Amino acid sequence: MSRIGVFVCHCGLNIAGTVDVEKIAKLISDYPGVVYATDYMYMCSDPGQDMIKEVVKEKNLDGVVVAACSPTMHETTFRNTVASVGLNPYRCEIANIREQCSWVHQENKKKATEKAVKIIEAIIEKLKLDKSLIPLSVPITKRALVIGGGIAGIQASLDIADSGYEVVLVEKNQSIGGHMLQLSETFPTLDCPQCIATPKMVQVGQHPKIKLLAYSEVEEVSGYVGNFKVKIRRKAAFVDWDRCTGCGLCMEKCPVRVPSEFDELLSKRKAIYTLFPQAVPNKPVIDADNCIYFTKGKCRACEKNCSVKAIDFEQKDTFVEEDIGAIIVATGYDLMNKAEISEYGSGEYEDVIDGLQIERLLCPSGPTGGIPYRPSDGKIPKEVVFIQCVGSRDPEHYYPYCSKICCMYTVKQAMLYKHAVPDGQAYVFYMDIRCNGKGYEEFLQRGIEEDRILYLRGRVSKVFKDRDKIKVWGADTLTGRKIEISADMVVLATAMIPSKGAKKIAEKLRLATDDYSFLTEAHPKLRPVESLTAGYFLAGAAQGPKDIPETVAQASGAASKVLSLFSKDELSHEPIIASVDEEVCVGCGSCVSICAYEAIELDSLTKKARVNPAICEGCGACSAACPSGAMQQNNFNKRQILEMVDAFTKD
Amino acid sequence: MKISYFPGCTLKTMAKNFEDSALASLSSLDIEMKEFKRWNCCGTVYSLTSDDLIHQVAPIRNLIRVKEEKDTRVVTLCSMCYNTLKRANKLVKEDSEKLDKLNNLMDREDVKYNGEVEVLHLLEILKNEVGFSQIAKKIKIPLKGLKVAPYYGCLLLRPPEVGIDDPERPTILKDFLGSVGAEAIDYPYETECCASYHTVVNVDLVVERAYDILNSAINRGAEAIVLSCPLCDFNLDNRQKEIKEKFSDFKGIPIFYFTQLLALSLGLDEKVCRFELNFVDPRPLLRSKHLIGEV
Repeated sequence: MSRIGVFVCHCGLNIAGTVDVEKIAKLISDYPGVVYATDYMYMCSDPGQDMIKEVVKEKNLDGVVVAACSPTMHETTFRNTVASVGLNPYRCEIANIREQCSWVHQENKKKATEKAVKIIEAIIEKLKLDKSLIPLSVPITKRALVIGGGIAGIQASLDIADSGYEVVLVEKNQSIGGHMLQLSETFPTLDCPQCIATPKMVQVGQHPKIKLLAYSEVEEVSGYVGNFKVKIRRKAAFVDWDRCTGCGLCMEKCPVRVPSEFDELLSKRKAIYTLFPQAVPNKPVIDADNCIYFTKGKCRACEKNCSVKAIDFEQKDTFVEEDIGAIIVATGYDLMNKAEISEYGSGEYEDVIDGLQIERLLCPSGPTGGIPYRPSDGKIPKEVVFIQCVGSRDPEHYYPYCSKICCMYTVKQAMLYKHAVPDGQAYVFYMDIRCNGKGYEEFLQRGIEEDRILYLRGRVSKVFKDRDKIKVWGADTLTGRKIEISADMVVLATAMIPSKGAKKIAEKLRLATDDYSFLTEAHPKLRPVESLTAGYFLAGAAQGPKDIPETVAQASGAASKVLSLFSKDELSHEPIIASVDEEVCVGCGSCVSICAYEAIELDSLTKKARVNPAICEGCGACSAACPSGAMQQNNFNKRQILEMVDAFTKD
Repeated sequence: MKISYFPGCTLKTMAKNFEDSALASLSSLDIEMKEFKRWNCCGTVYSLTSDDLIHQVAPIRNLIRVKEEKDTRVVTLCSMCYNTLKRANKLVKEDSEKLDKLNNLMDREDVKYNGEVEVLHLLEILKNEVGFSQIAKKIKIPLKGLKVAPYYGCLLLRPPEVGIDDPERPTILKDFLGSVGAEAIDYPYETECCASYHTVVNVDLVVERAYDILNSAINRGAEAIVLSCPLCDFNLDNRQKEIKEKFSDFKGIPIFYFTQLLALSLGLDEKVCRFELNFVDPRPLLRSKHLIGEV
């Protein structure tokens, strides 16, 4: 016979206001197998927990039921409580009589009390069959992989490496730096990213603990938290980076001119190129799609001018494999393509540009030296219209979410434009202005008051070319008037979306994403830097639109999560996982195909299913799918569930 | 090809030039337009009130008539008719409760409607079934040198669920103009509203809007406008009298139904175009381009 103790929590009035807790405690004390039952105001408080400990010792309990809130709140708390007095933690169960009872049945106290009793009885039946489980121990490889070398990836890599652990940083471009390095200046302090980010890039490049794999992409990830195997494709640069000194002569001699992606197509680059002069690593790659030798079979001007013979047209992609313990995904963002927006010209007008293009025009090291000459004819624009929320907050046509950074960068861009063209006029069409960071509101006021940016509350219905002007039709909803502006240039604050390829990476890593392919965090408030899958952490705009301060904070947060993982020598893994009854298993493989974590395989000899306990997350999909009943979840087996159903349905 | 045809009221009255030119052109393209029997008003403006089903009776009864003749498709020429029929059809296809109520309202009909009929605009037939490239092969008199600004108005394109093209940057009329050899003029007002029924009570508003639309096209070099809606036509064509009274700089510009240009380019007798019904006579322009003979 079991010796079970039941502890009913009032949760203040949360439970006791609806459910008669005292009555329950009395009723339950007569239930078969229960040797003790009581109620208490706050079971999770120190005195509450102490009471449980005392009773476990005094009554020599072999199982504990805490009837309280959801197990996601305090299951761990109470399991630790009973473990501290020598009871196996998996012999402690939570009966959820708050979220699943008192909160939802406030209008009917009598029935709520009856239901609470049933919930507790069902949990007692489960507990009677619970095994004393022991968590698994898994060794940890104390090496981190960071995917994406923007400011999020840079910050996370430095934090981990500075703590003494090795980092492998994978960046798809030939240099780290990301979008931040394209920016003119940063809000709200107007310091230039070249001054604040390039030193960090150099640190990454020189750090003895960081292995920087630029121009590389993650190809395949296998394994599980603490023990990942990561296959990385090192894309053929057609330049031997070990020999290359970064002198730049090859780029000088290359005859090809194609639009530069780094300058957002506003300038030309060569077919052999680095992203920008401060690149880390400062080594060029050959763009095979545009190289004359690759497309037409002759030229090789770069090769002729390379004194160290670093050019290698025969180079092929290579693969490296790394052992990794934790992975930070910092794949960043891109802007929505303005060609999708037909009302603003489908991207066909040269002088209708997006937020990153104006950054390049305003950047002192950009293609126009910081003077925003407009792309079509190189004239200085005297009237510039900024349109906010282009594609954002537009659930009918594009994206319902707020891109969060555009209000601030628009103030900054309009301000910098005014600094470059003091006699020009900047107009901003806005829906609301959301400047809710430290120093942000003051920055906006400075823009309006000192730089005389004209803010117009309303949407723009149409933008079209009219001779050498760009006509803007909008509404000022504060005065109720239609507005027509003959602008010289229009800047669209287009929506932030996950970077190109981020979706593919999320699929490779089997990470959950939202409807727009932003990565999903484990909990929106309490676990914002972890992914739902153990061992994966999130940083930066890959998880959702955010600005630089927030990105850096999240990157450091993700790094500290990795460090706390690395602070242990072994990982303990939850033992509530699937297990196979080999005598019953017929080897049909249903469990193998349904497992989202690839934790099950069929043994090649016995043809029976085998669960890798370190990978299994205990979701239960396989036990539901198993036609023979061979696959069972520890402490959630078929018999337990039937006993629970019986307890619920008996009169 | 044979297809059920819904003319609507205006095509039998004010817009005879639209209907006659269309029927003649289509017959020369081997499309038989079968005007179904006992058609009634399309319902004119599609009702946006949520509990006013009585407004949907007229369009749905037309679709019942089409079904009675064992047809599954119906084509319209007027943008307004197209919009009203198509939206009413969409409503009943998506809301079975409203469909039931409508069928009950019309309990004296022999046939119940269950959303079987597809509503099409003639431009869709020309684009998707005849094909603009085929039209280009069949035309005898390319409208070379004729600079025409397409005017879509609202009802062909909005709301997007029933529109026949991108509501912001449509190309179907431009592509049509290309197929008959005319030069399409790009201008920003092509999808602006003509002020619609305000023409009954607020002529001034119509005059201002029509002036902006027409002047924008003229300033970009248009010699004529092409459209597919008799109401737009009334506001842009007939109202030019009032525009001239209000704006002394306004020069005037002929307005065509797209089917008039189609008939002309197919080499049909000029009479089917019924140019005498156009308020601004387009014939001097056509003569100057040698597209029709001298008087």
